[in-house]
Amino acid sequence: MLSDLASIFLNLDFYVAVVRMTTPLLLAAVGSVLAERSGVVTFSMEAMMLMGAVGGIIGSGVFGNVWMGVLLAIVFGMLVGFAYSLMAVSVGAHQIVTSVGLNLGAVGLSAVLYALVFTRGSEVIQTVIKVPKLPLVKIPLLGDIPILGPVLFNHLPVVYVGYVLVPVVWFILYRTSWGLKIRAVGEHPHAADTVGISVSKVRYATIIFAGAFSGLAGSFLSIGLLGSYMENMTAGRGFIAYTAIVFGKWQPVGVFLGTLLFGAADALQLRIQALNLGIPYQFLVMLPYVVTMIALISVVGRASWPASYGSPFKREEG
Amino acid sequence: MTELLRLEKIRKTFPGVLANDDVDLSIEQGEIHALLGENGAGKTTLMNCVYGLYRPDSGKIFWKGKEVSVHQARDAIALGIGMVHQHFMLVPPLTVAENVVLGLPLPREPLLDLSAVEKEVQQTGERYGLLVNPKAQIWQLPVGVQQRVEILKALYRKAELLILDEPTAVLTPGEVEELFKVLRSLANQGISIIFITHKLEEVMALCDRVTVLRNGRKVATVNTSDTNTRELAKMMVGREVFLDIKKPDLMPGEVVLRVKNLSALDNRELPAVKSVSFYIRRNEILGIAGVDGNGQTELAEVLFGMRKATNGTVEVLGYDVTNCSPLEIINRGVAYIPPDRQHTGLLLDFTITENLIGKSYYKLPLSKNGIFQSRPIAEFAASSIKKFDIRTPGPDLKVKLLSGGNQQKVVLAREMSGNPALVIAAQPTRGLDVGATEYVRNQMVEARNTGAAILLISTELEEILTLSDRIAVMYEGEIVGIVPAKGADIHEISEMMAGVLRVGDLTAMDI
Ligand SMILES: Nc1ncnc2c1ncn2[C@@H]1O[C@H](COP(=O)(O)OP(=O)(O)O)[C@@H](O)[C@H]1O
Ligand SMILES: [Mg+2]
Repeated sequence: MLSDLASIFLNLDFYVAVVRMTTPLLLAAVGSVLAERSGVVTFSMEAMMLMGAVGGIIGSGVFGNVWMGVLLAIVFGMLVGFAYSLMAVSVGAHQIVTSVGLNLGAVGLSAVLYALVFTRGSEVIQTVIKVPKLPLVKIPLLGDIPILGPVLFNHLPVVYVGYVLVPVVWFILYRTSWGLKIRAVGEHPHAADTVGISVSKVRYATIIFAGAFSGLAGSFLSIGLLGSYMENMTAGRGFIAYTAIVFGKWQPVGVFLGTLLFGAADALQLRIQALNLGIPYQFLVMLPYVVTMIALISVVGRASWPASYGSPFKREEG
Repeated sequence: MTELLRLEKIRKTFPGVLANDDVDLSIEQGEIHALLGENGAGKTTLMNCVYGLYRPDSGKIFWKGKEVSVHQARDAIALGIGMVHQHFMLVPPLTVAENVVLGLPLPREPLLDLSAVEKEVQQTGERYGLLVNPKAQIWQLPVGVQQRVEILKALYRKAELLILDEPTAVLTPGEVEELFKVLRSLANQGISIIFITHKLEEVMALCDRVTVLRNGRKVATVNTSDTNTRELAKMMVGREVFLDIKKPDLMPGEVVLRVKNLSALDNRELPAVKSVSFYIRRNEILGIAGVDGNGQTELAEVLFGMRKATNGTVEVLGYDVTNCSPLEIINRGVAYIPPDRQHTGLLLDFTITENLIGKSYYKLPLSKNGIFQSRPIAEFAASSIKKFDIRTPGPDLKVKLLSGGNQQKVVLAREMSGNPALVIAAQPTRGLDVGATEYVRNQMVEARNTGAAILLISTELEEILTLSDRIAVMYEGEIVGIVPAKGADIHEISEMMAGVLRVGDLTAMDI
């Protein structure tokens, strides 16, 4: 059995799977770092991803063009972001509660949308539908490097978006005036307000940005990995992505490492399942979630969230 | 002299409060203009209207003779108005330069390249005596330096008018002198300054003119050269006030509190009180001077059993009460007036009566076999309200509806009942206006005269000097000196507060 496990790590397929399983977590988590740093709890990533997943399948199915699917996924994600901004920023509602509401609502809404588009009469014809799927794209030259090539550079295009997202978010956060504003808003919204920065604009923009990438992450699940849609197909990945943000202490690179850890756990359980070791698959499916819990307990320690984390901004005017 | 800013009939109401009642104000170029008034007089509100944070209900603002409308801070900044708020508006994890440019277009927008900004901060700093390291992060800087950053922030925005809201509240006397120097040099270079304060001496020492506000209304604008502190106090309060307390010389009695080598940690688990030793006797007030945040609050909490002592002992009337619970300590005759009456001192949503019986509700006659006795409770409340002159329509009013001064009287009434042997008073007059301050101080002296030992913690040096019999100075958790109050040298105490001077315990004697 140990040798079986060892064989997993010797096989390149495992590493390919790590990259693949990390991608949706990375897009959602790293894409949400800016919003988080502006002081907003993006616990609604699950809803954004789920709507992205269904948006992807609808766009791709209806237009017969996978890129329309990607586009619609992003738009759906941004719409969830907009709805969340309305509640969390403009109304000043409790962010966790609002998120839970959106996450639950998205389960129903995505199923309804799917049924509306892909049902004839009372018959759901999902198996019949031929929905275009994202193609594998091998990057010229890089893709030919031994080992690294197949592991890193022969993937769905969305994976490459993930590669650039980490440095881009890092750069925005620490090397641009936008990042300065975002950090200022997260750490001391009143100070930002008194120098003329619009706290709500910054938060709307970053939440919608998070929505775009979480939506993209969702499309990766539906029209990327599977080429089909299942009800509630994100299966809590939005929550794991949130955990990665906490794990990474709100630093883009740390958050990326968190998604990598959870992505690896996911890939590992898939590989172990494939070995048919007689372990009930339910236990294996639990693995990423167990890793999440252990990681949070053991590594996080003193967390360092933005000072205004989770609190809506209101001028003190009566 | 040309007029820079003129306010005409500014009115601002909050639900149930008329904060500014048709206030006029005129500021000339290059003058230092004091805005004087008690707490709640409406000073901050008025300036927030000028700075665009509040929208006045009515009234006009003229800038350089032209009427302007200021809807948000951005508009005010664009005109050339800068404001240093009472609570600094700096982002702690960002650097000085980042805070200075925040909200402005950067030299290489959108790239965060601050070398040019850092240079300019340095130059402006040198020009006005506002030296700071532009690369330091705000949280690493002492409060006095943070204030310089706030001023630099305004100057970087080319402010022609600088509004400072109670800027000296957080400073040591030495830092106040430095600030005054900076402000004078700014005024000499043509920048106008509005200096908000409730301290009369500062008005006289620094300002050219002064506008007095009372209850939201402008009382008068006068030249400081034509007035004196007594007259200003009268305008500010609306009646004569006597802040010089009459304190008879008394022979101190037995030792009530003895503290030996006491140490404790703060909430971040860093050492906050470092091996502190002192004693207080009956008929004696020991004042603890020091800039806020030097371990005074933690010391008070350890003494009252609300924070664990990591080392050392506390004795009250000869009993070791180190790390005892607050209830045990109360039962030894200790009263505690906490620094934040709103959080620790009172239950804001409870009535006056409920707060008043907070320490004795379970005892006879207020309670019999665990059941409240309404008549004795009502009598107790009525007599406390009368004795402590709590201004309220009735005993069943929620405490949060009382003014700050009357809230503090509720705390005093509760704590002073039962003639405590030791009173720990932490910032007992913080945020109170002159009238209420006068009252609280008299109560302290009264308790001392009738045999209590009093530990007075205050960041107002003037308060320490007027009330204390002996003065201890705390700096970074240590007592850096204890001196008799009579003939105390303010200069020496200021230097101790700033941590540049240490003296032995001049009052130490073997008792
Ligand atoms: N945001 C607010 N909401 C309601 N009441 C307020 C607000 N700000 C100030 N007030 C009230 O307005 C009055 C003036 O307050 P303020 O301008 O802060 O006084 P000052 O600065 O002179 O101490 C006070 O009675 C205060 O309670
Ligand atoms: Mg004020």
